Amino acid sequence: MNFTRRAALMTSAAIAANVVDPFKAFAQQTPRKGGVFVVHYGAEQRQLNPSLQASTGVYIISGKILEPLVDLDAAGNPVGVLATSWESTPDGKTITFKLRQGVTWHDGKPFTSADVQFTAMEMWKKILNYGSTLQLFLTAVDTPDPHTAIFRYERPMPLNLLLRALPDLGYISPRHLYEGKGDIRQNPVNLAPVGTGPFKFVQYERGQHIIADRHDGYWKGPANLDRIVWRVITDRAAAAAQMEAGQLHYSPFSGLTISDMARLGKDPRFVVSTKGNEGNARTNTLEFNFRRKELADIKVRQAIAHAINVPFFIENFLGDFAKLGTGPIPSVSTDFYPGANTPQYPYDKAKAIKLLDEAGLRPGAGGTRLSLRLLPAPWGEDVSLWATFIQQSLGEVGIRVEVVRNDGGGFLKSVYADHAFDLATGWHQYRNDPAVSTTVWYRSGQPAGAPWTNQWGVADATLDKIIDDAATEVDPAKRKALYADFVKRANGELMIWMPIEQIFVTVITAKARNHSNTPRWGSSSWHDLWLAE
Amino acid sequence: MRIFSLAGRRLAASIPTLFLILIGVFLLLQFAPGDTVDAMMAQMGGGDAKTAEDLRRFYGLDLSVSAQLGSYLWRLVRFDLGFSAIYGKPVATVIAERLPATILLMTASLSFAFFFGLILGVVAARGVNKWPDTLISTVGLIFYATPSFWFGLMAIVVFSIYLQWLPAGGLSDITSTATGIWAVLDTARHLVLPTLTLGLIFLAIYLRIMRASMLEVLNLDFVRTARSKGLDETRIITRHVLRNALLPMVTLIGLQAGTMLGGSVVVESVFSLPGLGRLAYESVVQRDLNTLLGIIFVSALLVITVNFIVDLIYARLDPRITSGA
Repeated sequence: MNFTRRAALMTSAAIAANVVDPFKAFAQQTPRKGGVFVVHYGAEQRQLNPSLQASTGVYIISGKILEPLVDLDAAGNPVGVLATSWESTPDGKTITFKLRQGVTWHDGKPFTSADVQFTAMEMWKKILNYGSTLQLFLTAVDTPDPHTAIFRYERPMPLNLLLRALPDLGYISPRHLYEGKGDIRQNPVNLAPVGTGPFKFVQYERGQHIIADRHDGYWKGPANLDRIVWRVITDRAAAAAQMEAGQLHYSPFSGLTISDMARLGKDPRFVVSTKGNEGNARTNTLEFNFRRKELADIKVRQAIAHAINVPFFIENFLGDFAKLGTGPIPSVSTDFYPGANTPQYPYDKAKAIKLLDEAGLRPGAGGTRLSLRLLPAPWGEDVSLWATFIQQSLGEVGIRVEVVRNDGGGFLKSVYADHAFDLATGWHQYRNDPAVSTTVWYRSGQPAGAPWTNQWGVADATLDKIIDDAATEVDPAKRKALYADFVKRANGELMIWMPIEQIFVTVITAKARNHSNTPRWGSSSWHDLWLAE
Repeated sequence: MRIFSLAGRRLAASIPTLFLILIGVFLLLQFAPGDTVDAMMAQMGGGDAKTAEDLRRFYGLDLSVSAQLGSYLWRLVRFDLGFSAIYGKPVATVIAERLPATILLMTASLSFAFFFGLILGVVAARGVNKWPDTLISTVGLIFYATPSFWFGLMAIVVFSIYLQWLPAGGLSDITSTATGIWAVLDTARHLVLPTLTLGLIFLAIYLRIMRASMLEVLNLDFVRTARSKGLDETRIITRHVLRNALLPMVTLIGLQAGTMLGGSVVVESVFSLPGLGRLAYESVVQRDLNTLLGIIFVSALLVITVNFIVDLIYARLDPRITSGA
């Protein structure tokens, strides 16, 4: 490592800049070409095609290789990538995309509207998680010419919703490598992706690394970096050590432990911040199983919320990386955040006890009013800490909580398929528009076994109507008002409590330039990223 | 030829055991809540119920447990380890990709532990109850008592972060383009800390065994005879004592091959090495039953092979063992 770094230094012109400090700052204004950017990859995925799987674990790699129709700019507004312009008919049932011309796939074939049509109909609508819900009413994609794709919907599709969903759910795959090649899910291209992005896939060594090299024929012009390497490191402590040893440049999406992130934040060699992750906000949740008769009583749910001192928890366990949440739409959502003047449940132990008394839950033997089973999701140490904190807080008002810990598969099965829980806690990840990520947590009638949907037994006709109206409302102002109603109703009935707001934390080397400059930077293409000497 | 018939019989005897283990693990994993598709949904960050149902049908998870087990065993009889749902390729390929790292790590650690355990054991036995013995025994005890994950992390802090001498993880430096001998040296550098971490505890065991068996053999009659013949001490140690004292050491290698596979889970995680141990752990978390059973199958074969080699060495060291068999 030392040898190669020195060798690279000798051959580069930047050596002069290193000797004389004042010149260094000057030299860093212009992007340096070259360099290898090494990224921490915490959990390997089954496949790497973002048109088939919407998850940050996929975007972090293939977001550099494939491109979506639309991405978000620094201000969080939609900006064209493979699409150059878009237009919706007033009824919201026809949305026309003009596509970028002169773009080729990494194998040299031209990118056309046929690729968009195939990806939308065969991948987004049929296979892509979240995509199949979003595109449920998509009936056809017409391709009058190679650079026009017309999306036809059975019910109105708000243009704003589609544009905010497409950065995540709008990646285009090459039709010629999928069509007529058997089961799309099993296509080997999924593990060796071919795209139109600034980097082209080179190698995937399972359990070790994934490599992508600069694509010189990229339509925006070649990227700065020579190569990106994603190193598979599952152990968080090991990743922090490798970061310090200089073997890693970037650990995305809160990939290190809370204490390591705080420690590296004081080290001038690293930048530790939530910037660039605004599009990946998440809230810590407390989910109630309404099938349990005590929890179906709103007074008991309110008592539970009032019994927990959230500001204390945030200050002592999460530090700078979290803040008080106000509901299902986080405050980073400039388009939809309704403010904090919706029903809230501040810490008030006396009130909690009074509410429990009113609900008829009197202390029995040993002061216990009620016994509940709490299932924490196994992702993130904050969820685990939060579960323990809930357990202790509720113990003080006479609710005995047993924490049942499972691994990923076990947790999803118990909560979402078997409904074998009283309380559950995990993350709700907000994806730029409530219709993409959030309303499905509240809409009744979700089939059992679908993860991250309403499996709590909540059935509220008023809320269902708001959700359905908002999903097809084409007027942006009316949509925003509907979602304000949604938050007010959801918080007022306290169906799911979302009291903590967090943004993923980035740990990146101080040598990186042009990083964290969009709300979903970790998932974006890194076309302009460069490494200073 | 006799040795091969011995091996054949050993192999035949271990086949029923192997099947029992596989069936046991298969049934045990049925008790874990959730299946591969649940784990996949967790990885994907959600999806609808129909997708889950389709995937279950695709991977044959909608069949009854007995039908799944039956078809697995039937495939195994035909040497087909099946298809990994999580990795999207045949289990045999997945394991073949991970096997080299584990074998490399195991061989390096065993050789390191055996070689230095032997030397230190001999030195300690020669100077029994004098300062070299006390020093070596104390250090051995410390190695034995140190948890390997703690030792690994401390080694990283000291040698990788502070001194920057050795890499903190991985099997090779992918940012370099070294080839040939330089690539081999690069991998060797990456293996130093993991080998030490995994090997030290075994070193402590070998050291103690070697010391004890040296002391025992040194007190036997034939050594006294050799001494009275006027042979010099070095010759006595190498020709007479060592050869006999080595037997219990060799026995241990066979026994510890299995233990080492278990220990490699921790070391592979701490040093992010792409080995079988970590693969096994991930397979459990992902409920990738085919891969897990495949690993158990391959590990069992590995242990059987090591024991077979141990038998061969045995025969070389003590000819009475084969003639008695």
